[in-house]
Amino acid sequence: MDAIKTMSLTKYYGKSKGIEDMNLTIEQGDFFGFIGPNGAGKSTTIRTLLGLISPTSGNARILGMDIIKQREDILSQVGYMPSEASFYRNMRVRDVIKFSADLRHRDCSKEAGYLCGRLELDTSKKIRELSLGNRKKVSIICALQHNPELCILDEPTSGLDPLMQREFYAILEERNAKGTTIFVSSHILSEIQRYCRHAAVIREGRLLTSDTTENLGHTDTKRVRLRGVSSLPDLLHIKDVQTDGDSLSFLYGGKLDILLNTLAGLPLTDVSITEPDLEEIFMHYYIDTK
Amino acid sequence: MTLIKHELKQGQATLLIWTSVIGFMLAACILIYPEMGTQMSDVGSMFAEMGSFSAAFGMDRLNFGEFMGFFGVECGNVLGLGGAFFSALLGISVLAKEEKEQTAEFLLTHPISRRKTAAQKLVSVLLQIIILNIIVIAVTFISICMIGEEPEIRPLLLLFLAYFILQVETAAICFGISAFISQSGLGIGLGIAALFYFLNIIANLTEDAKFLKYITPFGYTESADIIADKCLKTEYLSVGLVLTALGIGIGFCRYCTKDIHS
Repeated sequence: MDAIKTMSLTKYYGKSKGIEDMNLTIEQGDFFGFIGPNGAGKSTTIRTLLGLISPTSGNARILGMDIIKQREDILSQVGYMPSEASFYRNMRVRDVIKFSADLRHRDCSKEAGYLCGRLELDTSKKIRELSLGNRKKVSIICALQHNPELCILDEPTSGLDPLMQREFYAILEERNAKGTTIFVSSHILSEIQRYCRHAAVIREGRLLTSDTTENLGHTDTKRVRLRGVSSLPDLLHIKDVQTDGDSLSFLYGGKLDILLNTLAGLPLTDVSITEPDLEEIFMHYYIDTK
Repeated sequence: MTLIKHELKQGQATLLIWTSVIGFMLAACILIYPEMGTQMSDVGSMFAEMGSFSAAFGMDRLNFGEFMGFFGVECGNVLGLGGAFFSALLGISVLAKEEKEQTAEFLLTHPISRRKTAAQKLVSVLLQIIILNIIVIAVTFISICMIGEEPEIRPLLLLFLAYFILQVETAAICFGISAFISQSGLGIGLGIAALFYFLNIIANLTEDAKFLKYITPFGYTESADIIADKCLKTEYLSVGLVLTALGIGIGFCRYCTKDIHS
């Protein structure tokens, strides 16, 4: 059974496009990243899956259940962390966490206490006294305390400091090891590349590609860094040139022997040829398809 | 149940303030009655002779010299207007506030259907109106006992019943509107309550505008009618009940299908 399967899912806001013809499949137990720039349709996809907005056409199933007809059943097995961590401002943290558990008719106090400890969250404070990072922590606890089968996390790490980001992903990896499917949307590619097994790239409401993060990062393109030269070698298929004093770097998408032959004639003091990271591929290829 | 409890807790400060203010003003008016009563026979005839101004508030048909006449006008303004404002505020914000405060995304991604969400919110509004009325009625009866008046019970209770239905109707209409807005609708809510009140005044002023009494819930809370007839005007009341049902029905339909934006 797939954790998430969308079938030609489409959402229009009046005439403007939210997402179009989205066919996305996420297997149960996967750690899946959903990458795209702001406004690409990541949140629209997620909000449609959760029944906050209704699709214009197409359909989707979560854990084998229909997103429209079985919304309540789906939500009882899903933990969702919205990108905006907004809660009832006058409530105390522990009351919000308890309210969330009560709405699920579950006693999650033990797990909530454990998570609060790990994330170092003071539950006696009022929501309005919290920083964005701390509100995010409340959001994480509300999404995880009931041990859901599927976690849908929309831009979860914005506002969290690097240490907390690491702790947060450590918790997600532990959950994933126990069988929980994790679906994370982000525009930060490095974290997707680091933690996710599969990822999909979305732009302007359309799914561009969905593959393993390894394959997504593996292309015919190389990042070439040279030291000792200040002018660009005479090569085709060069992109994203960056110069810094006597060193320069560029993305090369042509044949490797031509590159090596050209470099052999240059007075280089250092050279490195590496796989570009996802971020570079994303920035310079998907944006170029515009 | 969880959501009802949550709503009541969120609204308790507002409920406390409105109940205290309305209860205090009603009690104050009742407690000063004995002092005013002695001068009332003169004042009463003066009030009754102010032409259309008297008619606007139904004072031409009420005997100000009697407690019920005095209470009818005074109660009409304090509980009628106060209750209408309170219930309009409750109704207009009950659904919309989640989107305004950006808590809708949190609430509606829990396993609770939109229909149950709207139903529990509606019940919490009704409960708050009931609590306000119980306290206000208790305060009124205590105050009446304190000044030693023994008014007829039936018209008094009918008055309270009429005001209760008015509050429910106002809340229901505002509830319906609340499902369509995602910003604060306080202006709309207060506007509707005030509009209802003034429609009744206009209807009292001229015979040509009498039909307005069908539209405004203040039509069936007219104390002069209730005290004289000892029953509520069913023709106005039935329109009110239809509007109540429409408000609730439209609110539910809209809320169950609307897109919730962040």
